[in-house]
Amino acid sequence: MDKNYMKLEFLSRSNNESFARVVVAAFASQLDPTLEELSDIKTAVSEAVTNAIIHGYEYGEGTVILEATIEDNVIEIVVIDKGKGIGDIKQAMEPFYTSKPDLERSGMGFTVMETFMDDLQVESEKDVGTKVIMRKKINRSIDKE
Amino acid sequence: MGFTLEVKKPNLIVHFYGELDHHITEKARLSIDQKYLENDIKNIILDLSQLTLMDSSGIGLIMGRYKNVISKNGKIALISSNVYIDRLIKMSGLLKIINVYSNVDQAITNLER
Repeated sequence: MDKNYMKLEFLSRSNNESFARVVVAAFASQLDPTLEELSDIKTAVSEAVTNAIIHGYEYGEGTVILEATIEDNVIEIVVIDKGKGIGDIKQAMEPFYTSKPDLERSGMGFTVMETFMDDLQVESEKDVGTKVIMRKKINRSIDKE
Repeated sequence: MGFTLEVKKPNLIVHFYGELDHHITEKARLSIDQKYLENDIKNIILDLSQLTLMDSSGIGLIMGRYKNVISKNGKIALISSNVYIDRLIKMSGLLKIINVYSNVDQAITNLER
């Protein structure tokens, strides 16, 4: 069994969204993903980190934690914020639902994460924070074995 | 900056570069809306052809500009040639209300009709 792990903490600033994507992409590259798989992962990370900044901390200052684990040919990505939490997770995950329509949010964030990754779990508690766990199997690494 | 603005009346053309995320959309929204106030601009062409990544913030930006042009009887056109970005656009349902073209000239010709 081949395992690897990384953890990164950064301030909830929007210019760290691209930083988070680049870090995960670089970490995932050891699985030799296709361009499509890499694009899926980067987009999903972008959604989760953006949610932490806009919804978790509501543009205030906080720390976003990004963890990634590679086990065999699966990458698991965890995005954690210690912000305000989600009151109704089921509603938040409905396609096109947004709690902030005035900010021109499309309400597609969770749908994108679900579509582009194989597996999505959301844990949240009001005023404690939110944890998003996503997994994706990178298929190309099977072919190489 | 992530984007440049070009005016070809009655069209405002926005060329995006690199990755379009929440960080860039916040800046782009202000610049586009300010430029759009100028006289004789009716339509907005969003050129996504040089993007390598776009997340749902980009979709929100397109939807917001759509609302603005409607109030001026204008139209939105998208330029896209990236399969990953096309996939997100399809998911969003935007294709029901906005046309996608393969280049700016094609978009301008169709907007004139």
